[in-house]
Amino acid sequence: MSDHIRLKKGLDLPIAGAALCKVTKTVTPDVVAVKPTDFRGVVPRLLVHEGDPVKAGSPLFADKTNTDIVFVSPVSGTVEAVVRGDKRKLLAVTVKADGKNESVNYDFPKLSQLNRESAVRVLLSSGLWPCIKQRPYGVVANPNVKPKAIFISAMNTAPLAADIDFTLVNEFDAVQAGVELLGMLTDGGVHVSLAAGSYAGSEFHKLKKVVFHTFDGPHPAGNVGVQINHISPINKGETVWTVDLFLVAAIGRLLTKGVCDLSRTIAVAGPAANNPSYVKVPCGVSMQALSEYFNTEKGEVRVISGDVLSGENVGRDGFLGFYSNLVSVIPEGNYFEMFGWCKPFRLKKFSFSRSYWSRFACGKKKYAMDTNTNGEERAFVVSDVYGKVFPMDIYPVYLLKAILAGNIEKMEELGIYEVIEEDFALCEYVDPSKIEIQEIVRKGIELMMKEMA
Amino acid sequence: MNALRNYVSKIKPTFSKGGRFAWLHSTFEAFESFLFVPDTVTVRGVHVRDSVDLKRTITVAMIALLPSVLFGMYNIGYQHNLAIGGDMGFWPIVWYGFLKILPLYLVTYIVGLGIEFASAQIKGHQVNEGFLFTGLIIPLIVPVTVPLWMLGLAVAFAVIFGKEVFGGTGMNIWNPALIARAFLFFSYPNQMSGDSIWVSLGKGTALDGFSGATPLSQAGGGLANIQYSISDMFFGFIPGSVGETSKLCILIGAFILIYCGVGSWKIMLSSVAGGLLVGWLANVAGATDIPAYYHLMMGGFLFGTVFMATDPVTAAQTECGKWVYGFLIGAIAVVIRLFNPGYPEGMMLAILLLNTFAPLIDHCVVSRNVKRRLNRAKTV
Repeated sequence: MSDHIRLKKGLDLPIAGAALCKVTKTVTPDVVAVKPTDFRGVVPRLLVHEGDPVKAGSPLFADKTNTDIVFVSPVSGTVEAVVRGDKRKLLAVTVKADGKNESVNYDFPKLSQLNRESAVRVLLSSGLWPCIKQRPYGVVANPNVKPKAIFISAMNTAPLAADIDFTLVNEFDAVQAGVELLGMLTDGGVHVSLAAGSYAGSEFHKLKKVVFHTFDGPHPAGNVGVQINHISPINKGETVWTVDLFLVAAIGRLLTKGVCDLSRTIAVAGPAANNPSYVKVPCGVSMQALSEYFNTEKGEVRVISGDVLSGENVGRDGFLGFYSNLVSVIPEGNYFEMFGWCKPFRLKKFSFSRSYWSRFACGKKKYAMDTNTNGEERAFVVSDVYGKVFPMDIYPVYLLKAILAGNIEKMEELGIYEVIEEDFALCEYVDPSKIEIQEIVRKGIELMMKEMA
Repeated sequence: MNALRNYVSKIKPTFSKGGRFAWLHSTFEAFESFLFVPDTVTVRGVHVRDSVDLKRTITVAMIALLPSVLFGMYNIGYQHNLAIGGDMGFWPIVWYGFLKILPLYLVTYIVGLGIEFASAQIKGHQVNEGFLFTGLIIPLIVPVTVPLWMLGLAVAFAVIFGKEVFGGTGMNIWNPALIARAFLFFSYPNQMSGDSIWVSLGKGTALDGFSGATPLSQAGGGLANIQYSISDMFFGFIPGSVGETSKLCILIGAFILIYCGVGSWKIMLSSVAGGLLVGWLANVAGATDIPAYYHLMMGGFLFGTVFMATDPVTAAQTECGKWVYGFLIGAIAVVIRLFNPGYPEGMMLAILLLNTFAPLIDHCVVSRNVKRRLNRAKTV
């Protein structure tokens, strides 16, 4: 049996519109995008031009600092556009699918014949290497480093998160092959965390050649960063890798089927989603292909690639992020509310604090949350609220203040290596001072990368 | 409601950049966000936000203080009636108290908020809500007879030197309300101590033999010297600073603060424990014959514990630190009471002292975390 870790701090956000466990659409690829902005620390070097024909698995751009790391087209077709932003920063490469579904053919040795070196080569040449993220900093892993261990979270506690057991049904063999390959990359083992509540119900407790851990508790118990902090915290100079389970399955499919297949089953959910349910999509799918799920009758909606706490606002014309298997759709909150802050009951609004009696009155009600900030930004005042949703052995306010002061040494001492933005998302959510905490963390991480490089 | 919204939207450009009253934009924003939760949406980071904000948090704290305000008002009239030997009914007593406390509040809020608005305007910041609570507390911790010009001066000193020089709400080291009281106490000791200041006589004259002494000043002469029953002290029918007398109302406030998660129960509990422990030790050692629990019933101990020691900005911010911080406040307050005959009330000084040391306490707690992290790296 595995070791069991029980977390008490945190919050399961009661947001309405969870996806029903059924697949209601399979999107045939039309236009898809690969966005360098999804990958922190990558400086892209473009390898294609507009109009070039590509296959699924053809490289579109590579990382300048390590050109072995390539980012590939998820479909076959032609390069439609190279989208650039300010200072010609590369934002996205879009590919128009031709419907032929041709893949680059690989001739890889069998799993049993691989060693670490050849396993790395398989992942690099197939374009699946970027599936592996590295801590500290949450960047794409460096293939020249041997990590202390590899961590996979097989539970998802984020608001409206896709059900792992549902989205990866029939993918057990692929996942097994994937973890075996990952196991060759480290001496510290592949650590898989499962939810204690559904341990036996999850197929993945039968995985072999992995080390199991079970976690119990509210969000962010499913965040891999929190799990690492409890299993084997990252010390200065150490590196660990993390992989999302659905990307482990993609790695496995590369080995079992010989194709680069980054397609996934995603949840489309949220209070402004029509018929919230699951959809089979290619990687980087255009949001326009999902427009039937966006309920715009009651006003503007925000379309988020990822969850409502740490996802990216991609807009109705945007594309799904590489690491994302969830599209959250919520109403925009650009309205005024008269005396909202002093209503005794505010039944339509949720609060983690007990200063509205709605939590008492409504019990387990779900709320149609919107993007209103519900107040203005202020200085840090209520300093003990963050700790209630931050289940790591770190003092969040002190780390944030060290970042604001730009004090590298203090940041190091207080645990900057162990966190990325998403670990602070709930602190930002509950903050009565409305401070942009994830933005502070992002700046801290970027400062560290610059100074320690 | 829509008409009001339209009107506010219509006049908004006048107060925005380039408008005629652009120099008043902080003031305008303060009133607008008072009327309406603004229509701002999340830009970066989380896409949804909790419905609590600082306005709400401070509203809860003010509601928690309300029982003490109301009873304090009543007690002003009650003590007055007792002192002059009158036979006033309930409503005349309340009315008398209202007339006495109203000028205190007017002076406090006009001076304090005036400075807050002006400094927000100068800095181009938004107006912070913190002073609404501070202003509600200040009249409760002074004697009702305090001259209004002194109060005004003290409030100005507290807001400017207690808060704004450090950068405003959230940055101050000491509790601003206590700074105001400390200013009064050290600048005008005659008007802030003695037996004659706690009861408002108005135009009447006191009965022969009426002292107006607080239980705390009587306690200096030992238990036998205290002339008030424990139930009067608990319910608050005693002379003293306006808000501190009724322990029942303070406990109601404490319940609201703890239930809503606005005040830290750890600080409250450990402060009470610290006070009781020192009181008990002194009692056992024979230094005094006052039972330990009397210290909770006399003076501003409970009021300070519940409403001022728990101020999240000036208190210790780490969970371990809170236990130490609260305990030391309670302990030092009772030590000052017992062993410093020159000054019967120790709560104000204890809280200010620990406000000063709270960052040090937190530093020790955080250093332990830092050391743990370093050791972890070494053992691997």
